[in-house]
Amino acid sequence: MSLDRTDVEKIAHLARLNIAEQDIQEYAENLSNILKLVDQMQAVDTHDIAPMAHPMDAIQRLRVDEVTEGNQRDHLQTVAPAVEAGLFQVPKVIE
Amino acid sequence: MLDKTLAELAQGLATGEFSSVELTRNYLDRIRAEDGSLNSFITVTEEQALAQAEAADQRRAAGDADPFTGLPIAHKDIFCTEGVRTSCGSRMLDNFISPYNATVVENFNRAGAVSLGKTNMDEFAMGSSNESSFYGPARNPWNTECVPGGSSGGSAAAIAGGLTPAATGSDTGGSIRQPAALCGITGLKPTYGRVSRYGMIAYASSLDQGGPMAHTAEDTAMMLNVMAGFDPKDSTSIDKAVPDYTLTLNDSLKGLKIGLPKEFFSGEIDPQITAQVQSAIREFEALGATVKEVSLPNTHLAIPAYYIIAPAEASSNLSRFDGVRYGYRCEDPVDLEDMYKRSRGEGFGEEVKRRIMVGTYALSEGFYDAYYKKALQIRRLIQQDFVNALSEVDIIMGPTTPHPAFKLGEKTSDPVAMYMEDIFTISLNLAGMPGMSVPCGFANGLPVGLQLIGNYFAEERLLNAAHQFQQATDWHRQRPVR
Repeated sequence: MSLDRTDVEKIAHLARLNIAEQDIQEYAENLSNILKLVDQMQAVDTHDIAPMAHPMDAIQRLRVDEVTEGNQRDHLQTVAPAVEAGLFQVPKVIE
Repeated sequence: MLDKTLAELAQGLATGEFSSVELTRNYLDRIRAEDGSLNSFITVTEEQALAQAEAADQRRAAGDADPFTGLPIAHKDIFCTEGVRTSCGSRMLDNFISPYNATVVENFNRAGAVSLGKTNMDEFAMGSSNESSFYGPARNPWNTECVPGGSSGGSAAAIAGGLTPAATGSDTGGSIRQPAALCGITGLKPTYGRVSRYGMIAYASSLDQGGPMAHTAEDTAMMLNVMAGFDPKDSTSIDKAVPDYTLTLNDSLKGLKIGLPKEFFSGEIDPQITAQVQSAIREFEALGATVKEVSLPNTHLAIPAYYIIAPAEASSNLSRFDGVRYGYRCEDPVDLEDMYKRSRGEGFGEEVKRRIMVGTYALSEGFYDAYYKKALQIRRLIQQDFVNALSEVDIIMGPTTPHPAFKLGEKTSDPVAMYMEDIFTISLNLAGMPGMSVPCGFANGLPVGLQLIGNYFAEERLLNAAHQFQQATDWHRQRPVR
């Protein structure tokens, strides 16, 4: 599978990544090489093989539904880029 | 004092030969003098280290010392450390002062360990050379023109260079074992779920596993005693009792069955590495082990499957870095989408962006079955290979890497060539079993690593075998000339 400029632009948009115009070609080449590498998988018949998501096929452990954490909002927001009145600030979304 | 192992330093502290404050000062001085050329630390926490050392000395004086109390270590900068920058080697987190501790860090703090600082690493643990770090590459103490390996390259370089006796690492595709091999130290990737991932910044959650790095198997056993255990804060942590890993180190290897996978001794591999590994195997035979050939027929599919599974999980994990709650935010965004795209475009480096895009593509509409599901099916084939081989033998052995450390810049222009360096380590992360690398010789003056692989939760057996090997050899005692 080989990717062209349009593919790279589309993927970058899906991943919300700004890619400089002059770098697109190089990304297209590198990503195509990586996909060529992974395409070796397609030669293997995996028809009856169950996909393996966890090494021990463990299922997600659930905890009891009770409050265990205190409110740490102010502490956690000390690392936020922009905060006002306990809220995270972002550029205006709705006019 | 600075060339001693953790176990020897623990002895020195216990007998009062030196205090933790003296020991810590010595390492801090060494870091100041020598890390300019190695670049193995991103952040050195001098004040905190001395405060922890003083507290450790008091604790010892009060008769309340743990085996680890007062011993200096360093943490890979992937582990969150409260009040200390936790960058993960990325511009994205250059300004991130973690508001909490990873469980691993918490465990070492509780044991009374002294943290010297945070070690350099490939950005978000994506790399095999430490060259993708935002802070520049760490260098290999055996030859500073060479890479230390990655992604835990800073941890390995700092230990080999005598800047810390031990350090934490994390291993998603070989990131503990490969740098350990390239820097001539000992490293252990535990069974998936053995060590808590809480507060260890996620790259590929179904493969990531934290583990110890030090000079010797005995030292890594001491560290694993502190690191391992069930953690309710990690939903994939395994609830299984933790043995004292130091108690079985001296067991005899008589009758130990070693399997040599034929796929690990063919193809693109430096003949000097093969020779050193074979001579290490003979040492095990002299210690009473028997050897037979085994096969891991799907080894060649491990890298292809990994480069779908890991990027897919990474594209999801790294979507949290959006410039909203923490981390890098671009200047003057015009709107929300511009903020997301530029914060991520400017905050992430090339390799991270490549892997996010591969993962995004593999998970995008219409491609899921062909890539992600296929890779998970291949993953099971690879796991079955190990299960089958380990039903015939106790430990699988082979080289950790196909080549010794390569030159800085040698592979940066060809990502796929870099990926191939992990050929012998990556399959184990897919299977989830434990593996170690121990020094077993040199090729052109650069260290060679022997890899030991065991069944799920067979860490005791691996550490025992590695320790017995180190009792009979002195490769782990070699230090680079300064």
